[in-house]
Formats: sequence, C-alpha cells, structure tokens
Amino acid sequence: MTPTERIRQGLARRQRAEKRFRVYGIVAILLGMSFLLLLFGSIIANGYKAFGQTYIELPVYFDPAVIDPQGTRSEDALFRANYWALAKNALYQQFPEATERRQRREVASILSEGSALDLRAMVQENPELIGTTRDIWLIADDDIDMLMKDYIDRTLPESERRLNDRVIAYVDRLIEAGIIERRFNTNFFTAGDSREPEQAGIFGALSGSFFMLLVTLLLSFPIGVGAAVYLEEFAPRNRFIDLIEININNLAAVPSIIFGLLGLAIFINLFGLPRSTAVVGGLVLTLMTLPTIIITSRASIQSVPPSIKEAALGVGASRMQAVFHHVLPIAMPGMLTGTIIGMAQALGESAPLLMIGMVAFIVEPPQGFTDPATALPVQIFLWSDSPERAFTERTSAAIMVLLAFLIAMNATAVYLRKKIAKKL
Amino acid sequence: MDATETLTIPLTDQLSEVDFAAGQKIAADHATVGDVTCKNPSMRVKEVDVFYGEKQAIFNVSLDIGSNEVLAMIGPSGCGKTTLLRCLNRMNDTIEGCRVTGQVEMDGQNIYSRKMDPVLLRARVGMVFQKPNPFPKSIFDNVAYGPRIHGLVSHRDELEEIVHTSLSRAGLLDEVKDRLDQPGTGLSGGQQQRLCIARAIAVSPEVILMDEPCSALDPIATAKIEELIDELRYKFSIAIVTHSMQQAARVSQRTAYFHLGYLVEVGPTKDIFTMPKHQLTEEYITGRFG
Repeated sequence: MTPTERIRQGLARRQRAEKRFRVYGIVAILLGMSFLLLLFGSIIANGYKAFGQTYIELPVYFDPAVIDPQGTRSEDALFRANYWALAKNALYQQFPEATERRQRREVASILSEGSALDLRAMVQENPELIGTTRDIWLIADDDIDMLMKDYIDRTLPESERRLNDRVIAYVDRLIEAGIIERRFNTNFFTAGDSREPEQAGIFGALSGSFFMLLVTLLLSFPIGVGAAVYLEEFAPRNRFIDLIEININNLAAVPSIIFGLLGLAIFINLFGLPRSTAVVGGLVLTLMTLPTIIITSRASIQSVPPSIKEAALGVGASRMQAVFHHVLPIAMPGMLTGTIIGMAQALGESAPLLMIGMVAFIVEPPQGFTDPATALPVQIFLWSDSPERAFTERTSAAIMVLLAFLIAMNATAVYLRKKIAKKL
Repeated sequence: MDATETLTIPLTDQLSEVDFAAGQKIAADHATVGDVTCKNPSMRVKEVDVFYGEKQAIFNVSLDIGSNEVLAMIGPSGCGKTTLLRCLNRMNDTIEGCRVTGQVEMDGQNIYSRKMDPVLLRARVGMVFQKPNPFPKSIFDNVAYGPRIHGLVSHRDELEEIVHTSLSRAGLLDEVKDRLDQPGTGLSGGQQQRLCIARAIAVSPEVILMDEPCSALDPIATAKIEELIDELRYKFSIAIVTHSMQQAARVSQRTAYFHLGYLVEVGPTKDIFTMPKHQLTEEYITGRFG
C-alpha cells in the first residue's frame, strides 16, 4: 500500500472526528445560550411590570384650612401640613357612602401614603396651589398595584387574599370611572429605598454604586497600571519581585468577603472612616479590583512587540520615554479593557459591602462619598428578602438595570479589544 | 531571507558539528589575524568579553570602527556578531543577565563607565534593526521622534527641515513626500527599513549600527539599501552585521570574521574575500560551513 492510499483510507475517519467535534461545540454553545435566555427571560418576565405603577387621578382640593390654618405660608408650616388628609379627602369624595370609620380606613388604604409626599413637594414648589382644586395622579398602594397587575387572585376565598371584597369593589368602581391606570413608574428611577414598595426606587442604590465605582476607578486604575508598568518594565528580576507576583495572582483568587472583613478591620476600625459609606466601599472594591487590573495590564504590556521599545531606545529615548511614548499607548486599550472588566466585577459585588455596613436601610440617596449609602447589588439582596409581593418584581427590575450596566460595560471592553486588534 | 544565502552548500549535521568543535578550538588557540586597529577610529572595542548569565558569548575581542567606512561583521549563526554590535550602543543593557567586561571607547571615553549616559550614547550611535520596526505613528512622527525627544529643534520649520533631509538621505522622500501623515507601518518592507534608517540619521549620529538590515527584504529592496549604505558612509561610520558574504563584499571597506565568539580575522574587505589568511575564514567564505 502506498502512503497516499494509507492517507486516503484515514481521511474519512479524520473528517468524521472533525464533524463530531463541531457538533459538540454547537451543542455547548446552544446549552449556554439557552441557560442565559432562561435567566434573562425569567428576570424580564418577573420584572418588566415594575416599570409601570398604578396611579389614581383625583381632584385634590388644596384646602388652606388643612395646609396652613394660620395663613403664614412659612416653609415650616408647608412642610408640616397634613397632606395625607388632602389625599384622603379627595378619595372619600369618590365614595360618598363610606362614612363609617372602618369604611373610610378601607377606602384610604387604596392610596399610598407616598401620595402625601408628592402633594407636599408640589405645594412646596408652588404655594400658589393652595386654595385651588387640581386633577392629580396620586400613587396607589402596592396591594392595589398588585391587584391591577393581576398578581392577586380574585377567585380565592376572601380570608386568603390581602384585599377583602369591599376594597376590591371600591377599586372596580375606580376602574369603571376610568380614573385608575398604570403609568410609567418614574419613582423607581428617582426615589431611594423605602419600606413601601410603591415608594421604593433604585436611585439611592445607583448613586451609591456610582460614588463607589468612582472611588474604585480613581484609585485602582492609576495604582494598577503603575504597578503593572513598574513590574513589567523597570523591576529587577529577583526573588522578591517573584514573591510579589505570586501574591498578586493569589489576591485575584481571594474570596471577596475577605476583602470586606479587611476593609472593616482596617478602614473602619483602624482609620475610623465612617461606616456604610461609598468611600469605604470604594476602597474595599479597589483592593478587590487591583489584582485584576494589574494582571490584565501586564499581559497587555507584554503583548506590545519588543521591537517597538528597542526602536525607541535605539534613537536614544530613555526607558521612561520608551515606555510612555510607545509601549503605553499601544497597551492602553488592553489596560482599559482590564479596568472595565474589573469595574464590572466591582459593580456586581455585594459580599464585601455587607461587611462594611452598606447593607443598612438607607432612604436618602447619598449626596457624596461620606454619606451613608447602599449599592445596587446590595439593594437587590435587600429587596429579595422583603415579604411584600411588590418587592419581588422590583428585585427583578433592579437586576435588569444592573445587567444593563454590566452589558454596557462589557460591550465597551469588547469594542476596545477589537480596536487594539485592528491597530497591531 | 537573502537571496545569496542559498549559495552556501549545506553540510550534514554531523560534519558541521565536527567542524564547529574543531573550529572553536582553532579560534580559541589563535590571536586575531590581521590589524584590528585603524587610523582615526570613531569607536574602539578593547578586550571585550560578553556573558549571558553563565554562558560567554564574546571572547576577548578588540576591534576598531573606522570613521567614514563600512565595517562588515560576518560569521556563522551564533558567532556573536550581533552581540558585539549591540555592545556598541549598550542595547545589551536591556537584556536580562547580560554582562560586558573590557572597554568600548568613543572619543577616548569608555562607554561602559558610570559617567556615560546610555541616552546620550544612543543618540551618537544609532541603530537599524534586523526587522523593520517603525513606530505605529505617521511617517513624519517616526522621523521626528528622535529630534523631538532630544530637543534638537525649536521650531516646526526646523523639524520639517530635518525630517525632509533625513528622508531624502534615506532615499525615501520622493516615495512618501505626499503622505507624510500616513502611518509608517503602511509602507512596504523595504520602505519601512529605509524609514528606520531615516529615523536613525535624523538625530545626526556619528556611528550607525545595522543588524542584518536586509535579511527581511527582497533582492530589489536589498539593492536599494546597499546603495544607500554606500552613500551614507561619507557622512557616518557604519558597522553592519550580515549573513550575506556578497553583501559584505559589496558594501564594506573592512570585514571582520567572527567564529563562536572569537574574532578570527580582520582586514580590508577585498583581502578577506580574495586571500583570507586564517583557515576558518577561508572555509567560511568558500562555503564549507555557514
């Protein structure tokens, strides 16, 4: 048998093996994609309704006798006034037959107490409203919202429902009158956390995450890139540097909760930085992100062809000039990619933040680095733990927002990587 | 790969191993044949040994680089010619574990003394590498980089002047003058190498070191570079490492033959190629090994 014949005999077997391998690959990808779709699908199915919220349109009479009986129009008076009474009165007018105390309480339970806050904000902004009557969309209670979103089963016996028959009848009358509807839930994006689901929003958590990531970025990028450049271009090759290298690689694998404990012990207990703040969170996430940034930055510096550096040295550039004029610009997209991936990790991190008290219930969105704050993943953790039905969909909605940020960040990283590939 | 390389007759591994072992003994046993000095040298290598870690790559080499002449350094692979070339502008500093003993003098000063700053040295001793390595920047910026970092110019006009002269000396100006803002990496291999030569001469060095500058080029581009080298020697001193004996014969005035870290023979190029004195030189140039 000639070699050609032998090769020909084996060809079919080789081709079959290749085909099989391709099928394995496709199956693996399909499996991965289907799990991803399942994850995204279930989150979106659970959460998309949270972007809508039930409101009731009522003619509200800004009664001067209730808001400001003395007629001082002082800020303090406008702040302290009983706006809840205004909202309730507006609703009572829809149900004139409800005169008893118990009936009135049930009618009032349709409205969220958050509507009083909305009315206060309106009056504070425009005191001219006092004495007039306006049609205003008032926010409904979360149970009514759940009823409107078909999460409450009307066929269940009354005792197993959160809403009794009378309240449901009131709501049905509002539906008939056409003054109750689901509108875009701006509250979700502009409010801080709340015990009442209809008043809870992710703005506080987003601000906390923003301040935290800003601290992380400002610290970890220069430190990480500086360390990578030094280790790659200037450090002597000796055991001490080897030791540092091993430790950096080890740090990348340390569970993040350990960094939280470290932050608690060092930044809060030793340095006395305030608890639950973005600055401490940022510092802890910096520790966690640094190894990632150093490792990817070093890899990106190593991928720069050494001939470029030699060329620079050859015309008399100093080592620093060669690095800063030629190596860093080429390595920069890779470094940015690493930084963004590190930042995305930091954005999704919750365990270390629990350790430094960022798990606290914080209503006011933070205004700065030293205000008590929480972060998006921690907010998700908090909401997922809440018993109210309306928090379930808010949890999913918050996850959607977090995922959107993560996808945007990773897409930027991919874009930068493509850019560097084109350049070389 | 240079076209002329194929002319050497390949020997079997066994035979060449015997030859190399014997060759090393012969090279080690004899002092360099020929006159290593020359009148009016721009650089003098004196009793230089180079080590990479434990391994010695250069053994006690002394050699002058003459002014306004082309010195060709030839020899079989691994003979240390590139290593010696890189000693001349201290590019070996960047290699981990590389150690140089002995002296390399320029203007009577040892370039390995503490007083010598490699930045200044490399501005005076330029280098052209084996593979064309333009910066991923515009053609203009490639040439302007040296003058810029050394602060040689104060005006944009002066800088443009230098860039144009350098490109013109490198024989590249006519081909690129309309696209100086295009990336240097977009040029052909031969053009890139001439761009690298232009970049090297833009800082007006005294010596130019060339490490097999044509090994990655086709014969036509090679011919252009060789022509260029011949013109450049009126202005600069040039040391060129080459694998091609024909190239050495064409462009150089002096030739040094290296063998396994020893400088075996130095002499005027025509003498080396017509009547080599040393047995190893003769064997190499007649193609017994290479």
